[in-house]
Amino acid sequence: MRKLNGIKLKHRKNTENSSTVVFPVPAKVRIPMSMTMGAPCQPLVKVGDEVKVGQKIGDTDAPFSAPVHSGVSGKVTALSDYRNAMGVVCKMAEIETDGLQTVSDEVKPPVVTDKESFIKAVRESGACGLGGAGFPTHIKLNPKTNIDTLIINAAECEPYITADYREMMENPQDIINGINMVKSQLGIKSAKLAIEANKPEAIKNFTEMAENDDTIDIITLPSAYPQGAEKVIIYNSTGRIVNEGSLPADAGVIVMNVSTVAFLYRYMQTGMPLVTRRLTIDGNAVGEPKNVSTVIGTSFRELLEFCKTDIDSVKKLIAGGPMMGMSVPDMDMPVVKTSNALLAFNHYDERKTSNCIRCGRCVRVCPLGLMPADIDRAYKIRNVEELKQLKVLLCMNCGSCTYVCPANRKLAETNQLAKMLIPRK
Amino acid sequence: MNKLIVSPSPHDENYTKTSNIMLNVIIALLPAWGVAVYFFGLRVIPLTAVCIGSCIFFEYACRRIMKRDNTVGDMSAAVTGLILAMNLPVTLPYWMAVIGSFVAIVIVKQLFGGLGQNFANPAITARIVLMVSFTSEMTRWIKPMERDYDAVSSATPLVLAKNGGELPSYLDLFLGNTGGCLGEVCALGLLIGGLFLAVRKIISLAAPLSFIGSLFVLSWIGGDDPVYQILAGGVFLGAFFMATDYATTPITNKGKIVFGLGCGIITFVIRRFGSYPEGVSFSILLMNVLTPYIEQLTRTKVLGAKEAEKNEG
Repeated sequence: MRKLNGIKLKHRKNTENSSTVVFPVPAKVRIPMSMTMGAPCQPLVKVGDEVKVGQKIGDTDAPFSAPVHSGVSGKVTALSDYRNAMGVVCKMAEIETDGLQTVSDEVKPPVVTDKESFIKAVRESGACGLGGAGFPTHIKLNPKTNIDTLIINAAECEPYITADYREMMENPQDIINGINMVKSQLGIKSAKLAIEANKPEAIKNFTEMAENDDTIDIITLPSAYPQGAEKVIIYNSTGRIVNEGSLPADAGVIVMNVSTVAFLYRYMQTGMPLVTRRLTIDGNAVGEPKNVSTVIGTSFRELLEFCKTDIDSVKKLIAGGPMMGMSVPDMDMPVVKTSNALLAFNHYDERKTSNCIRCGRCVRVCPLGLMPADIDRAYKIRNVEELKQLKVLLCMNCGSCTYVCPANRKLAETNQLAKMLIPRK
Repeated sequence: MNKLIVSPSPHDENYTKTSNIMLNVIIALLPAWGVAVYFFGLRVIPLTAVCIGSCIFFEYACRRIMKRDNTVGDMSAAVTGLILAMNLPVTLPYWMAVIGSFVAIVIVKQLFGGLGQNFANPAITARIVLMVSFTSEMTRWIKPMERDYDAVSSATPLVLAKNGGELPSYLDLFLGNTGGCLGEVCALGLLIGGLFLAVRKIISLAAPLSFIGSLFVLSWIGGDDPVYQILAGGVFLGAFFMATDYATTPITNKGKIVFGLGCGIITFVIRRFGSYPEGVSFSILLMNVLTPYIEQLTRTKVLGAKEAEKNEG
């Protein structure tokens, strides 16, 4: 079996032992209508409407989407236009909270009798992949092919982030129950909970919990970034390869994030949709790094202040991990469903890019076996045929190539730009 | 309000930079260079300084005239200068060394776009140009430990092997107690340097091993003394420091093995059937030229990739 490449990163899991702290309900939340992959929602509320906790405030008829709910009780004060980090423009509900946190009547455990009602309930929960990509969960759980293995992604391979780890330490039973629930609802025979080797305590706990259950395997992934990438985790836990142009389901597997599966279990018990989120708040500008649970729509600025950040010193703010997270242009942007970390740094060194010396480090680290140095060269002369042969479309932007490049070339970015040169069928 | 800086991911980076790699190469060359000072005397030092200094000067001047960034800081010119010096006999007039630097930096490197863009190894090409232009100066060897730079005396072990004569022992070859260019005599020092670079993951041993290995096997089959063939001449210098040059050799390990095999075969053929006693420089230069084709055929296999579609129509 081929061994996939990976890079050794400093883990910097400074917050791994920080139990989740609940952030008090802010005076105002701003909830975008597009927080997942897929179609943005249309607001179901008008300015002046009263809303309650768990109330659905946005939805759409498009199947590839997930509805939006309010995590607070209060009054809608505005429906503004909002451009999210991906550049998608959508509506955003601004809600002034009343501090009462009155729960909506809509919140009740869903009635699940068969697979169809289960999938419907999953959609109503507003769930999406909580690892960061935000793929609507009800789509993922309803594949056309036959699935025999459920992989639970607990790699959390990015430095700093410990949000999933805290879920594993604080709610392990929800995770196991969630796995069993998804398995039985979808008729999947076995599940694999794949955890990176840098979390020995979680591995030990789950191994003990699943000792008498031979349908759940605990897999220890090597400590090499990016173990959490979908193709990598599938290969390293089952040996299966997801072919070009195929989905994981075509290889008989579904990959779910560990926090998503735990959320889903809780939703089925309580009916409380996805309205809160745990984030790791860290970075050298943050005075007290923490894991914070907060309602979706809280502004980043408030969370940073809560963690004793010297706001004026922040030069760079990253939503997500340092490898694949996105630069945040505005500190007042809100927490969304896919926010798993907020990293604030007080320095940013723009380094000069120099000539490629063809050292081959990028080729040696690419987990998929791509050749970023050659892609870089083909991109420079806009050689589309060559880019196709180099399979640039398979790049998942893990950033390993840029990370190791001694000439500071922005190889991962070039790969994304190169993809746009290739006409889509 | 303070402005946040937006940039594409990843936001983290490691700290191995081009200049750091070059510095490691310089450190790796020092053991063999030190031995050269010991055996060939103090003239090694000014000769090396002339090579490095003129390489840096040509790099700076060239970039300046072409209105490009100053790249002296990446230290690649210093590495080229040092490797060039290692390829020269200690008695070479300084002005000839400057011509070598000119060929290496201006013609081979900068005219093709600078670092990483050259298709041939600068130091090797410079050595070959000097060799064919100033053959007698480039083949004037002194006996080790004899500091008489005017004496025309010793021959290299390979010349002795070709024309007959008393051969130095394996131990003398391994330690560098023999006639030859500064950097090629001490196999031990080069081996230490090469292993240092391999341990630091700066070079892969694929090309050096396949180069030395194939030369060993071919010499053995051909009836020559294989140990003698790999220890004498520029094999170790070429294998560890020039057949591992990033820009002019293939990028994948498969490609590096092919490159090394090619070098071994060509070196053997030149030494055995050619009129030159030494073939390492020519073999590396010829393989440099073949490198783009080797790279085409030795690409990595992408996980899950479909076979390339045939062009339609």
